[in-house]
Formats: sequence, structure tokens, C-alpha cells
Amino acid sequence: MIAELGHFSLALALMLALVQSVAPLVGAARGNLGLMALGGATAIAQFALVALAFAVLAHAYVISDFSLATVAENSHSTKPLLYKITGVWGNHEGSMVLWVLILSLFGAAVAWFGTSLPPDLRARVLAVQGMIGAAFLAFILFTSNPFLRLSPAPLDGQGMNPVLQDIGLAIHPPFLYLGYVGFSVAFAFAVAALIEGRVDAAWARWVRPWTLAAWCALTIGIALGSWWAYYTLGWGGWWYWDPVENASFMPWLVGTALLHSAIVVEKRDALKTWTILLAILTFALSLIGTFLVRSGVLVSVHAFAVDPARGAFILVLLAVAIGGPLILYAIRAPSFQGGGLFAPISREGALILNNLVLTVCTFTVFVGTLWPLFLDAMGGGKISVGYPFFDWTFVPLSVLLLVAVPLGPLLGWKRGDLLAALQRLMVAAGAALVVAVAVAAIASPAHALATAGLALAAWIGFGDLSEWAERVQLLRVPLRTSLARARHLPRGAYGMTLAHLGVAITVAGIAASAWDQERIEIMHPGESLAISGYAARLDKVEPIQGPNYTADRATFTVTREGALVATMRPERRLFTVQRVPTTFTAIHSDLLSDFYVVLGESDGKGGWTVRIYEKPLVPWIWLGCGVMALGGMVSLSDRRWRVGAAVRSRRATAAAAGD
Amino acid sequence: MKRKHRRLLAVSVALGLFALATALVLNALNSSGALAFFATPTDLEQKPPPPERRIRLGGLVETGSVKRAADGRSLDFRITDGKSTVPVTYDIANGPVPDLFREGQGVVVEGKLGSGGIFRADTLLAKHDERYMPPEVAEALKRSGHWQGEHPPATEAKP
Repeated sequence: MIAELGHFSLALALMLALVQSVAPLVGAARGNLGLMALGGATAIAQFALVALAFAVLAHAYVISDFSLATVAENSHSTKPLLYKITGVWGNHEGSMVLWVLILSLFGAAVAWFGTSLPPDLRARVLAVQGMIGAAFLAFILFTSNPFLRLSPAPLDGQGMNPVLQDIGLAIHPPFLYLGYVGFSVAFAFAVAALIEGRVDAAWARWVRPWTLAAWCALTIGIALGSWWAYYTLGWGGWWYWDPVENASFMPWLVGTALLHSAIVVEKRDALKTWTILLAILTFALSLIGTFLVRSGVLVSVHAFAVDPARGAFILVLLAVAIGGPLILYAIRAPSFQGGGLFAPISREGALILNNLVLTVCTFTVFVGTLWPLFLDAMGGGKISVGYPFFDWTFVPLSVLLLVAVPLGPLLGWKRGDLLAALQRLMVAAGAALVVAVAVAAIASPAHALATAGLALAAWIGFGDLSEWAERVQLLRVPLRTSLARARHLPRGAYGMTLAHLGVAITVAGIAASAWDQERIEIMHPGESLAISGYAARLDKVEPIQGPNYTADRATFTVTREGALVATMRPERRLFTVQRVPTTFTAIHSDLLSDFYVVLGESDGKGGWTVRIYEKPLVPWIWLGCGVMALGGMVSLSDRRWRVGAAVRSRRATAAAAGD
Repeated sequence: MKRKHRRLLAVSVALGLFALATALVLNALNSSGALAFFATPTDLEQKPPPPERRIRLGGLVETGSVKRAADGRSLDFRITDGKSTVPVTYDIANGPVPDLFREGQGVVVEGKLGSGGIFRADTLLAKHDERYMPPEVAEALKRSGHWQGEHPPATEAKP
């Protein structure tokens, strides 16, 4: 009976979402405060209902209620409790419920925290949120209902794909969805602004924190997904330009552009229509991301739900959700007033360059991801686009942007002095040169591009720190004064410094992957393998018993110049329910490099295929993403975004601080 | 600088970047390394592709055909769609053999058709779980009439 309660809550939530999408709009058009207030009430109630439905579904997984089709297909009574819970969203139906749960959470958050918003703007934003919620709730109820019963109920479930039984994978979808769905707030604000025909600084002050929060979550989600692929697939790779990875990367790229253009709207009252367009595109790409993953139109290992009916539903949804606002945009955008003037060489100009390059980068990823689909639809045959495509398109374009990263913050608003900015980057240029020369001295000429990449990372990192030093006037005034200045810098400034530093760290990690070492051998117990100064000895391979798998576990002793570095135990697991073997890699990381051991198949004669990688700086890739997200969060904690603060006076202070 | 000029500059920079991106995209799409064309064993037999073209070959791993080289460095097997069969050699330096690679199961390989009709694969993809079959493989098997129905195609997986 409990499951029916969840089903009923979802249906009720759909009804409320329908009310939420109509009533506040009518109220805002007629100036009826009662109807407008209905938006907030329904948003909160909708969240409560979806949360109830989600809890019911989680309960069914925890108690292993195999009378529910989704539980029977995706769970098993012997599965560890943690994976029973994370298994709720490890399949199509459950992941859609999670999507809607997060959406309704954001809707409720706008209702809760939006009390200081103009009532008509708040009503319209909530109405747009309601429409998205209604569409997705209808999608769940009509095409992917998680509460369908099986009769008779099977004695046990079919178990979960063992690849999914992993903590990194288990927690990455919620972060990705927080990001995807978080952009719906910016989208709702953009559509509301188009309906109202008005964008002001207050609008941008509202859009920025939501965008920032979504962006942080998406950054973490993408990094976790990439890290998972790295340690679980046993290839040592961390990014495959797989359609599903691209699906999350495109909203991130445009979201990053949105984050930067919203600054211009807030500070300079310019770029309004462009920012609205970016807000629409960011969420559109989030929806397309959902479409790519959920419909399985593209060949991908991630497409666990492949059903044309769902695809058709999402396609219609996409057409309405993207086409509608774009038409509205075409009608309304020309009537928006242009804002403050600025010279091409200025902070605004640099941010425009950032936006243009990010948009063009997204375009190349979009083409590379959807080209097979397009060609197939045109009858051009089935093709796939591999990573060289992205290496030749995305990478050179992004380098263009990365080179400019340290310059932008050193340019003034309205009119900047490029020469002065370059002079302040002397230290960064010097650092980049030192790195380039030092690396070139020890690396082979074949790694010239990677060497340039490391120099680029130094340029960004030191350029970023120079900007901070400039702000606190380090070494130019007494240290005490500098420290005082550092304390009084707005958190937003620290957020930017951290985020750009994260970019530098990630770039370094990516560039250094050119020096990866790899060895594949058949090893017998007692044998050793040498790789870049390390020696790995295979001590033994023994069978072990896990909670829901059996495994062969190898023990390696890794030494460097005779000193023990680590004892590593990679496994080859066989999950008992599915009879599927999976590799469990062993990684020893000292933050400067990873030592990565994979146990392959046995040759049946006492030998085992073993893969060993030594990967310099690879942890920096995710470390950098973490620092970027941390920067976003620090920026988010800036007093200016605090709800209900007396914003206007604070803005004046912030502007005076030269932020 | 007047608003009109500023806008003109922004638009020309945008167009310039867009043109650059388009040029890069077209260049990448025309080069042989970036794109792979999907083919079945029958396609390869009937219309052998030019040797420089990257092919994504899909089908079933023929039962009894998998042989591992003694040094463990390469994997030889045959891919069949029921009508034609293509011998494949995969150099495992390109990546480990997926855990789900098995005889009689769906597989997709990427590489080029080498001399002697042996397909040299540098990418090997197996089904990622019991219920998943690459749609292109499922479709190709259906077309060749080799569909046995024992592994339901992904597109028919129940909701």
C-alpha cells in the first residue's frame, strides 16, 4: 500500500504543478495578489509531495519490495544497504524522480527565499518552474512510472549493474542533477523577464547566486563522473568525449559563460539580452543532456533506458521548452534598453570575449556530439565521432580563452589599459617561461604541446595570484596594511581568485597526462615489473569473498629505490547475481602522481595480465575542479547575496572596494 | 566609441570566432581519424572501404573464435552477423579487454581494415550490462536476419 501512496503523491504533485504554472501568471497579469501568492504555496506543497514519493520509493528499495517492477529489475536483497539507497537513482525511473525532486526543491527555495522579490516577478518565475515540473511529472507518470507493480512479485531482484555499485558513481548523479536543474532557476528568471519586458540589476543579483550554486554542483558532478570513470574502468583515462560526458559538459560551458555575463548585467547594466539568451541556452542544453542520456539516441554505455516513446515525449518537451522561450525572446529582446557604454579593451570587453569563446567551444562540442544523429537522420549512414575531433576543435579554441583568463580581471570597467595589465603579468609570464624551459630541458621534443600546456597553467595560476597581490598591494605597502586589505576584500573577489586558480591546476593536470607511463605484462607471483623508477612485485593472488561478489585479489608491493611505497590490492570481482566480472583498480596517490594497478584475466597457467600506470599530476585534474567549485561557494557566501540584505547600500560599498 | 561601433566590433569578433570554429569543425570532420563509419561484416564484404577509413564494426563475437596471443598482447577473434564473418585482431595496448567481452555476445570494435582482410581494432566495446545491446548492432543483426531474440535489443527493453 505504501507504494500506492507514492504514486498518488506524484499524481497530486502533477495537479499542483499545473495550478502553479497557470494561477500565478494570471495573477501577475491582473495584479491579483491572491493568485500570485498561490505560486509559492503550490511550489512548497509540490516539493513536499515529490519528497514523499521519493521517500516511498527509497523505502521500497531498502525493504527490497520486489512487487515494484523497478525494484525487482534493479535491486537485490543481498545488495549492501548503501547501494540499495543509491540504487534508487541508478535506473531510469528513479533518476527521473530524483530530477523532479531537485526541481521542486529549487521551486520551493525560490518560494521561501524569494519574499523580497517583486511579487509579480516571483509569481512568474514560479509559474515557469511549475510548467517544467508539470512536464516532467507527466513524463514520469505516463512513460516511466517507478511505482508499477509486478504480479506475482519475484522472490528476488535481478540485481544492479555491478559497474554502478560504486560510491563515486552513486553520488555523482545527484550533483549533476543539482547542476542541470539548478539552471532551471536562471531559465525561469529569464523567461519571467521576457514576459515582463524588464531586466534590472535586482534581476541579475537574483540570477547570479542561483547560477553560481548550480554551476558549483555541476562542476563537482562532472569531476566525480570523470574520477569514477578513471578509477573504475581500468583504462586510466578520465575523459572520453562520450556523448553523455559531453551532455553534462555543454551546460557547464554555457553556464560558465552565463556566470560571467551576469556580472556585467549586475555591475554595468549591460549585456542584458545576451544574458537572458545564455540563461535559456544553458537550461536548454541541460534538457538536451537529459534527452541524450535518457533516450539513448546516441550509442553510449550510459544509456540505461532506451525507449523511443520516452524519446518522443522528451523531444516534444524540448521543442516547447526551448522553442517557446526563443520565440518570446525574438519578440521581446529588441525592446530591452541597452546599458552602460564601454570600450572594447575593458573588463566588459574581456567578459564578452570569454562568453563568445565559451559559446563557440560549446558549438564545437555540440556538433561533435550530435553530428552522428544528424547524419543518420539525413540518411548519411551511421558514424561515430571520436576524440580526435574534439582535440582539433575544442582544444585550440579553449586555449584562446585560457590565455586571456589572467588578463580580464586586470582590466578596468568601461575602459581598460592593456599595456598596464600586461605589465602586471610580468611575474606570470616569467613563471610560465621558467616552467617551459625547465620542462623542455628534461622532456623530449615530442612533448612540446604538453610543455606549452604546463606553461599555460603557470601563466593562469601566477597571473591569477598577481591579481590578488595587486588588490592587496603586496610588497608595495607594509605587510600589515596588505593583510588588512586582504581581510577586507569581498568574498566574491576571493571566489574568483580561487576559481581561476582551480582552472590553472586542472590545466596542469591535463597537460601532464602526456607523460603517463604504462606497462602491460603477464605476471606470475614473485615477479616484478619496473616502471618510471618504481618496482611493483606481485606477491600473491588469492580468492576472497565480498558481500555480494567473489573476487581474486592480488597483492603488490611497490617500492622505489628499495624503499616501500605502498602495498596495493587490485581485485577482479565476480558479482554473484549477474555473473559479471568487474575490475577493481588499486590506486596509490601522493597528489603529485598516481600509481595505478589493474588485475586483468588469468591465463589459466598461474599468470595474470597486469596493467600498471604511472600518471604524473593526474590528481590535479579533479583537485582543480574542487578548487573551482570551492571558489564558487566562497563567492556564493558573499554578503551581497545574502537573502533579505539591504542590497543597495552594500552594492555601493562593493563598488567602492573596486570589485 | 559609439554604441553602434561597439556592437559592430562585438559582432565581427563573434563572426570571426564562429568562422574559426566552423573551419576547425569542417577540417576535423574531413580528416580520417575523427570519424568512424558504422559497418557490419556483410557491409565490409560487399563494399570494402578504403584502407584509411576508420570503421566501427558491430556484430556478435563468433563462438569458439577467441584466441589470446601467448604474450597476452593481442586478442584475435571473429565478428559475425550471421551472413559474413570478419577476423579481428585487437592490440590490448590500446586498453584492457572489457570485462563483458564474451563469445556469442554483442561487440563493437573500431579500427581499420588491414591487409589480408584482417580488421585491426584499436577500440573494443562490449555490452555494458546484460540488458544493453548497442542499438546499431541490434539493428544490423535484425537486418541480416540473425536476430535470435535471446538478448533483447536495447530498444525493446521493457520500461
